[in-house]
Amino acid sequence: MSLPRPPKKNPILRTRAPTTPPGGRSRVALGLTTAAALGRLELQVCRDCGTVQYPPREACHACLSERLRWTAQDGAGELIADTVLTHSNDLYFRERLPWRLGMVRLDAGPSVVAHVHGDVGDAPARVRVGARLDRAGQAVLVAFPEQETKDMADDRQLREMTCDPQYRKVLVTDGKTPTGQAVVRALVDAGADLVWVGHAEPWKQYAGFDAIAGLHAVTPVPLDLTDSRAVSSLAAQIGGKVDIVVNTAEHHRTFGIGDRRGLDAARAEMDINYFGLLRLAQDFGPALKARAADGDTGACAWVNVLSVYALANFPAHGTFSASKAAAYSLAQCLRAEMRASGVRVVNVFPGPVDDEWNQLVPPPKLAPSALASAIVKALRDGVEDVFPGEVAQDWLARWRDDPKALERELSL
Amino acid sequence: MSQDTLAAFANALATGSIRVVDLTQTLSPAFPQITLPPEFGQCWPFRIEEVSHYDERGPGWYWNNFSCGEHTGTHFDAPIHWVSGRHLPNNAVDTIPVEHFIGPACVIDCSKEAAADADFLLTVPFVEAWEARHGRIPPRAWVLMRTDWSKRTDPVAYQNFDATGQHTPGPDADVVRFLVEQRDVIGFGTEAIGTDAGQGYHLRPPYPCHSIMHGAGRYGLQCLANLDQLPPTGAVIFAAPLKIEQGSGSPLRVLAMVSER
Ligand SMILES: [Zn+2]
Repeated sequence: MSLPRPPKKNPILRTRAPTTPPGGRSRVALGLTTAAALGRLELQVCRDCGTVQYPPREACHACLSERLRWTAQDGAGELIADTVLTHSNDLYFRERLPWRLGMVRLDAGPSVVAHVHGDVGDAPARVRVGARLDRAGQAVLVAFPEQETKDMADDRQLREMTCDPQYRKVLVTDGKTPTGQAVVRALVDAGADLVWVGHAEPWKQYAGFDAIAGLHAVTPVPLDLTDSRAVSSLAAQIGGKVDIVVNTAEHHRTFGIGDRRGLDAARAEMDINYFGLLRLAQDFGPALKARAADGDTGACAWVNVLSVYALANFPAHGTFSASKAAAYSLAQCLRAEMRASGVRVVNVFPGPVDDEWNQLVPPPKLAPSALASAIVKALRDGVEDVFPGEVAQDWLARWRDDPKALERELSL
Repeated sequence: MSQDTLAAFANALATGSIRVVDLTQTLSPAFPQITLPPEFGQCWPFRIEEVSHYDERGPGWYWNNFSCGEHTGTHFDAPIHWVSGRHLPNNAVDTIPVEHFIGPACVIDCSKEAAADADFLLTVPFVEAWEARHGRIPPRAWVLMRTDWSKRTDPVAYQNFDATGQHTPGPDADVVRFLVEQRDVIGFGTEAIGTDAGQGYHLRPPYPCHSIMHGAGRYGLQCLANLDQLPPTGAVIFAAPLKIEQGSGSPLRVLAMVSER
């Protein structure tokens, strides 16, 4: 059932304080979270006897082998029992009752307890189990209808785990770049209620900005992430209304150490890519956290457009890579500080975007519109780490396999 | 100068018969900075970060750290700023003789012309016509080009960019040569972001005010304000840059002293 537009907030009622579901996990169970952060369902598979295992354990429950590998699953299975929780002593769930749970026997073998989507019929029913991150940032299993249903994303329980921009108010920090403009358009198309679009140095005219600024849902706001006072002043004006921050502001030059004397280019990259994020997080973070349980469209997400070069330095864009690595590290800090509120920090790691600063990087390059779609999809799917495009996927695979090998390959 | 002269000067300040006019723009993050093509090195805009504000970072005091370039806001250009002046003696802000920082000013009103044409160029005939009304420019004077550009408080209008670049008034090459060679000026000042016109790159030589003035060991002042409050002649300018070792320029407070009639 499609979500009706939520009513305006009654300003004299207290804003509900954020709570999160139980967040403790053993280290081995975090393997499920690692995959869910990327939008994948992975379970342990024994390399000796082939058993698919759940819940995660240190050893195979069938043969006691420790040779277990997290392996992607399609999640197909049957809902064999379901129930609707009407009572809970957990602070998070008792505010969100009733809550539907069920037991699914996966075709791959194990039976799992899952949150059950409202469009799934009564047990027994065929389902597809997926992994999602809950408001505590931990992986949970969700049983979806086997076939896509209309407005599936609007399910009340599912929305607790996602950050759909529909009806939400979003700040895009830089609307002057092709990426920023594509993100604004994608958010407007996704039904965002209002999109504030930052623009620095207003005297510099960039193609496309006026068209963005003219969109019905868009309000341009002066914002320069290098200017602490400007960031504070904007936060004072709109910080209490922003539900999603998408930080698209970026400074990108194409130098290593030896081919550019001095610090000015590197410092400008750090000033926007790293310190800019810090300024933004200090000024917009607190209000966002405080409004994390503010109704159906409360504050829910913070998106950082990083770079796959944050994982391993791309020497041709060496100082840019370093600034993105710094931003990535800070984004991890932000994620940790946001976790208690349930506001999700989404880190996006694109490969080279098809823009002017990647002019000399050979294809394939990621279209700004593809990057924007990936951001909206990540918000809708509740994903935390996004590697859009084939270059980013390739780097991710190589980095996870052997970071040292990737470093050597990039130093050619 | 006798002690009597200084005493009379102090008395004139105290009694208000000398008026002090601030020719300086406020250093603010919102004030635009000179904009070069992105592949070049850039001058930092003015930025300010709070150190403490009577809070846990410093309970009894308020202060800030700021950053900017040598050419941010209302600022002074030294001869070493331009390649044409790089080998001159005493060409940096720390070595310029301090007496050069105080001098008479001739204010040439181009405000009507600049309002009609953002690319207005000051020419020799224009200066000669001004001299016909106000007298010959004395040696070692500042020549200040009043355009009322400082009244453009909207940064977009102040910078005035379009697809062909920046459009702000300035001097042409001949008048710069004339002011240096025929009038021995100490420097040239403007209200816009540079001493050269926005389209000054297309003049010969490119950026003539920078090239010729600094090549001759003269100075520049830009981003000046309140030139409309100065008489055409008779004002004395106090413009002392920060003493930056081998500095090419510096933000500064520019004050004009004007006799009240
Ligand atoms: Zn086994």
